Amino acid sequence: MEFGPYLLLASLEGAVTAAVLALTAVGLSLVFGVMRVVNVAHGEFFMLGAVLAWWIATTVGGHPALGFAVALVVAPLIVGVLAALADMTVLKRVAYDPERTIVATIGLLYIIQQVTLMTYGPEARPVEPPFNHRLAIPWIERVEGSWQLYYPWGLSTTSYKLAVIGAAAVVLLGVWALLARTRIGLVMRATQLDRDMATAFGIPVERVYALVFGLGAALAALGAVLVVPIQQAHYLMGGDPLLLSFIVVIIGGLGSLPGTVAAAILIGLSDGIISVFFSPTLAKIIATLLVALVLVFRPQGLFGTRAA
Amino acid sequence: MLELQGIGAGYGQAQVLRDLSLTVDGGEILCLLGRNGAGKTTTMKAIMGLLPLMSGKVLLDGVEVSALPPHRVPRQGLGYIPQGRRLFGELTVAQNLEVGLMARGAGADVREQVLDLFPRLRERLRQRAQTLSGGEQQMLATARALCLSPKALLLDEPTEGLQPSMIDAIRQVILRMRAQGVAVLLVEQRVDAVLSLADRVAFLENGRLARTLPAADLRADHAIVDRYLGV
Repeated sequence: MEFGPYLLLASLEGAVTAAVLALTAVGLSLVFGVMRVVNVAHGEFFMLGAVLAWWIATTVGGHPALGFAVALVVAPLIVGVLAALADMTVLKRVAYDPERTIVATIGLLYIIQQVTLMTYGPEARPVEPPFNHRLAIPWIERVEGSWQLYYPWGLSTTSYKLAVIGAAAVVLLGVWALLARTRIGLVMRATQLDRDMATAFGIPVERVYALVFGLGAALAALGAVLVVPIQQAHYLMGGDPLLLSFIVVIIGGLGSLPGTVAAAILIGLSDGIISVFFSPTLAKIIATLLVALVLVFRPQGLFGTRAA
Repeated sequence: MLELQGIGAGYGQAQVLRDLSLTVDGGEILCLLGRNGAGKTTTMKAIMGLLPLMSGKVLLDGVEVSALPPHRVPRQGLGYIPQGRRLFGELTVAQNLEVGLMARGAGADVREQVLDLFPRLRERLRQRAQTLSGGEQQMLATARALCLSPKALLLDEPTEGLQPSMIDAIRQVILRMRAQGVAVLLVEQRVDAVLSLADRVAFLENGRLARTLPAADLRADHAIVDRYLGV
């Protein structure tokens, strides 16, 4: 058995994890960066995205691609609106006090989880991918002095998995463009840098907060919609994304979006590779150890500029 | 015209301002003087709606701005230059100005006017605000507030820590605003700087207005200053 093809396969699996993780973690990072809110319910918004994707895909019916396309747009939208409402009715009432928002979002976590259990039920349900061609993984070998492409037996990925990676990259570019190139992005950054001065220059900070909280949740939901054809929707699926997102955000540097993306790729790839060659548990252990090391030796994160 | 009617304000339970009434007319520079902790900066924050009023109201040209949500206050035409400048440090000069322009939907013409007042900012539009020198930062903070085409301008120690040439540049702009009919409320520590600039002077003592009098009187009799500010 050659090692190379398997490493390529593991990296591809890792890249899918990284792509979804990057979307989810950027949502968490955005909320923390702008609002200084540690959103413990972030994983539940992820779960809600997956469950809604199943519900929408089932309701729409027809060709799987149709239901999925609708879910891709509508599920993040619904989750975003729900999150914005939660912000206005709960987080605003506790005045975004750091400790109280943690308790409030823990409450939110249980409410979302239990309501999903009561309505959607305890089953894990799949969503059919819009397209799913099996793609053999190519590798090169040396035959009689020249390099040749061949397909090692039994190793494959799917076109859908590659699409997930591409879609995540496109969305992340979109988020970057939104922040760096638009007025709304400028308003969000000004609010992040100095809330009082933003107010003193006419920025409706509370509306910006509702928007950011909704956007953060919608990004998690979008990640979930992308992953649900691979993973199935379940009411307890929010735990892992939450833990991994926190790991990624801490390693990347709190509130730093480039750092978050870089850390998501690092953690996602290592998770994929270690899971394939050793065990998923070891992958989590190593990720958590990495967080501990980062916290000890570089508390501001790999890309953080200053202590938060 | 900016008018404070019996305002009370503070932080949480601690009341700092008590029954403070002041008026600043258009085309007038009123300077707030007082010892540390007298409530000068608190007055500015209360006017901007950044601190909730415990009593009284703030009027700008007859509009009760203190009844508006805080982010609507500047849109009435209040430009604020806070102590320590408080720029959006990671944003560029152009973006800081953009935030100011957005507040009242001002266009390119206002931007040009403001940049004409501060040519040095024009050369540094793409530079991050936090990398500017202290004087340039003060210019930017002033320019950002002028982007609102304000009816009233609040300046909290605008010349703190600046070199003389910068102080003079800021002064010229303040005088120019006065000539354009802007109501200017100025907080300043350096009494000599105040006397040559202000039309009237208000002394704050423990959050209350102790006395308001024309600056000319102070120039004639310096003893009054020592009574309210001396140690």
